[in-house]
Amino acid sequence: MSTDAQVGIVLVSHSGPVAEAVAELARGLAAGGATAPVAAAGGTRAGGLGTSAELIADAARSVDAGAGIAVLVDLGSAVLTVKAMLAEGDELPDGARLVDAPFVEGAVAALVTASAGGDLDAVAAAASEAYDYRKA
Amino acid sequence: MLDAAFFHRWMTTVTALVDREAERLTELDSAIGDADHGSNLRRGFTAVSAALEKEPQQTPGAVLALAGRQLISTVGGASGPLYGTLLRRTGKALGDAPAVTADELAQALGTGVAAVAQLGGARAGDKTMLDALLPAVDALGTSFAAGREAALAGAEATVPLQARKGRASYLGERSIGHQDPGAASAALLMAALADTEDTAGGAA
Repeated sequence: MSTDAQVGIVLVSHSGPVAEAVAELARGLAAGGATAPVAAAGGTRAGGLGTSAELIADAARSVDAGAGIAVLVDLGSAVLTVKAMLAEGDELPDGARLVDAPFVEGAVAALVTASAGGDLDAVAAAASEAYDYRKA
Repeated sequence: MLDAAFFHRWMTTVTALVDREAERLTELDSAIGDADHGSNLRRGFTAVSAALEKEPQQTPGAVLALAGRQLISTVGGASGPLYGTLLRRTGKALGDAPAVTADELAQALGTGVAAVAQLGGARAGDKTMLDALLPAVDALGTSFAAGREAALAGAEATVPLQARKGRASYLGERSIGHQDPGAASAALLMAALADTEDTAGGAA
């Protein structure tokens, strides 16, 4: 928390509208000042359902301020594509991390924490803790 | 010995097979998946063949690494990172040798298949591509033709299984009675390898 740079958040969904809407929801709930950078990478480049490694790489670059990047994902190919990109080593900026978290709740927790100046560990922990909130 | 040209032909042959069988793969996927396996793989392998045409690679490892990278960036579904990881890890295991033996390829494919299992967290019997790939890799030690047969038998053996991975797993018992589309496409990959050897006149 010693530097000014904020952790970036990347939201990877099978659907472009879902990723955009969750980013907008998180921005709305994290408001009260400038929020940390958050980018949506949903659907394929052609606008269909699926995952695009290129959109994910672009989104990660756009939120990279040098403080790390928390990547949140929804289903199947979104999970596997990010894991495969991380395994390759040079497809995502240094400091990019796949965070194990529920997509919507985790995105809000991550953005609030990042906007408050939390480091990558704090952002990842906040997003993961969203699993602990039982709804019934 | 198998050189870069052999691996390039293998990828071209897979592309043709996937193109020919795309509708069957999508039909299998419409029973227990989201009905895009054929079109996704067709798009991916078409990109692989185009990339290899544009940038011919000098070693077997480089051919497979380029192919894997293309699949991850163009497929759009889970089969992209899975097949991409399979080919890339196999390519990495082959290193930068200008040519490799059939045994070396079989061993490298074993490394690639293990990486796929790790990425997807699946095991034999989960009704996935591994059910074709695992027996194929074992059989490749005998011959590529044996690998083709083992992959095909493995794919057919997924019919009575209940899916435990991916979207099909949500169907529970209703996934029983359908062949896994990923195992079916994995059988095409192994068939293409044996076909490539046949047309090379037993180059191995």
